[in-house]
Amino acid sequence: MVKADESTGTTTLNQTQPTPAWIKFNDDEKIALGGSWTIGEAERLDKELVVIHDGDGSRIIINISELERLDTAGAWLIHRTRKALEAAGAEVMLDGMNPEYEVLLNEVAANDQSYPPLLHTNQLAEWIARTGEVTLDTLRRARDFIGFFGLIVLTLLRTVTHPTRLRLVPMIHHIEHVGLNALPIVGLISFLIGVVIAYQGANQMKQFGAEVFVVNLIAVSILREIGILLAAIVIAGRSGSAFPAHIGAMKEHEEIDAKRTLGLDPIEVLVLPRLLALVLAMPLLAFFADMMGLLGGGLMSWVVLDIKPDQFVERLGNAVSLWSFWIGIIKAPFFAVIIALVGCYEGFQVGGSAESVGHMTSRSVVEAIFLVIVVDAAFSIFFQLVGV
Amino acid sequence: MSDEAVIRVKNLRTGFGDHVVHDGLNLEVLRGEVLGVVGGSGAGKSVLLHSIIGLQKPWAGSIEVLGQRVLDLEPPERAALEARWGVLFQDGALFSSLTVAQNIQVPLKEHLNLNQRLMDEIAMIKIGLVGLPPESGRLYPAELSGGMRKRAGLARALALDPEILFLDEPTSGLDPIGAARFDALIKRLRKTLGFTVFMVTHDLDSLNAICDRIAVLADKQVVAIGDMKQMLNERHPWVVEYFHGPRARSAGL
Ligand SMILES: Nc1ncnc2c1ncn2[C@@H]1O[C@H](COP(=O)(O)OP(=O)(O)OP(=O)(O)O)[C@@H](O)[C@H]1O
Ligand SMILES: [Mg+2]
Repeated sequence: MVKADESTGTTTLNQTQPTPAWIKFNDDEKIALGGSWTIGEAERLDKELVVIHDGDGSRIIINISELERLDTAGAWLIHRTRKALEAAGAEVMLDGMNPEYEVLLNEVAANDQSYPPLLHTNQLAEWIARTGEVTLDTLRRARDFIGFFGLIVLTLLRTVTHPTRLRLVPMIHHIEHVGLNALPIVGLISFLIGVVIAYQGANQMKQFGAEVFVVNLIAVSILREIGILLAAIVIAGRSGSAFPAHIGAMKEHEEIDAKRTLGLDPIEVLVLPRLLALVLAMPLLAFFADMMGLLGGGLMSWVVLDIKPDQFVERLGNAVSLWSFWIGIIKAPFFAVIIALVGCYEGFQVGGSAESVGHMTSRSVVEAIFLVIVVDAAFSIFFQLVGV
Repeated sequence: MSDEAVIRVKNLRTGFGDHVVHDGLNLEVLRGEVLGVVGGSGAGKSVLLHSIIGLQKPWAGSIEVLGQRVLDLEPPERAALEARWGVLFQDGALFSSLTVAQNIQVPLKEHLNLNQRLMDEIAMIKIGLVGLPPESGRLYPAELSGGMRKRAGLARALALDPEILFLDEPTSGLDPIGAARFDALIKRLRKTLGFTVFMVTHDLDSLNAICDRIAVLADKQVVAIGDMKQMLNERHPWVVEYFHGPRARSAGL
């Protein structure tokens, strides 16, 4: 017994398919197929070919002499139907075959391979397994990162003993990119934060009649923390994304393997110039951020509190020691190392797909900012303990 | 094969900056034929292919595919036309974040509305058609060899059973057995699906085995077009060197 949806052959004409495909059930044992059995009709035919068979071993004749067009999808549907009928115990004959359709049907039959089934497992077990995987993965990454760090130190030592190996030109190129080109944005942000601190500080200090201490507030916060943090965060955003994207794209195109086979050490060629450039540029950026922050704060103090620039500078000298300034600058090379190492490390982790470049890039930025802030907090505690 | 042209390129002029790649190029591809396009490295074969499928805007000239001017089409018409051709790029150009099966389903999803099971079935047939093992359906492009990537790219190009198949060096990177099987596959499928093939190739065996006509790109133009017999009688120096060189001899021409 064969049954199907009776709405057969009533769909509207499709512009690329001249005649819609149809299925006719002449009696229990005869099916006629016609029209164009192409992929555009496949969804409809798939639904109509709901074949039910009671398995009485009868003969079924499928007549395809009225087919106008047949493509792989159509041939697959015919083949699948035939297979289902045969599996149910019927003997199926294809009638009205022409040589072209035969080639296609044979082609499809020869490539009838089922999609490898996905393994379904217990949800809870899967969740536990995933937790374990993530944990192991994190530990493995931590180990890899330490290994990477060691590799860099070794390469650095080698470069110190053979200074000619240092790639000066790429390094200067990177100093321009990570340092010089970042000046406007670092300067602007620091200036604006200086303005904000002065303004908010002034409002608070006024309540105690201690307006002049705004200068202390500005000096200490900008010099010790804000200047270097702003510089580091901007650089983590800029270089922390540029490094992994660039190295990752190189890795994708086997450029890194090519370098290796040409006797170039990727660490020496790619990582060291970036690392050294950042270590050199970061203190300068931090200094610039400090100055711009003080400038913003000074201007705002002048506007809202009428503290003249000469008063501001004089007050500045009394408010902070030179140490406050150095505490900010000392942190710069550490932050530079963090950003460069994380960025380059994640760049080397790229593999497989364009997606992974994006993934590693965003991971690098997040990790760099996180580590910068953690290390900054550690520095605060350290300076507290040593009492500066 | 009929005399109706499915691709008609007239007076094409393309280039980059001040580097002219094609100048006054004319070419017609007839319905149902397999046209092999040959030419030296850098002769502009890939650029010609990209121009025909509308990825590269020519400086001058007209390009008609299936009776429509590719460059003047509105987006919806263009999409409809694109559903009627399949392209295999020189390096496969698979989507790296999708599995092979998902890659094949991209055109199905884009142009049709099929249920997932049917799409899986169709993808598996195409995977088999191009000679990949069923397991490869679940692999990502990065996990395939160069030759397998090429086959997966072909499977994606065949997804919609296109009327025109554009192939950029389909057999390079395949082993000789795989290349011969690929030729046989194109021959077989063409008989049933009746598609036209525009094939850039350096493979003399392929040219000999499946191409009805060969177009030679040199001096920024098509300098010769015709079947293998005609090519062997051509006088253009590049054509002579190509079809009478040592490799041609070993290919039995
Ligand atoms: N995006 C591009 N920018 C600039 N020039 C290009 C670009 N793409 C191609 N070209 C130039 O156009 C010319 C033709 O290139 P095309 O890729 O078409 O060569 P081809 O014939 O396919 O060679 P091959 O057999 O090596 O693949 C070359 O000289 C190439 O330098
Ligand atoms: Mg090319």
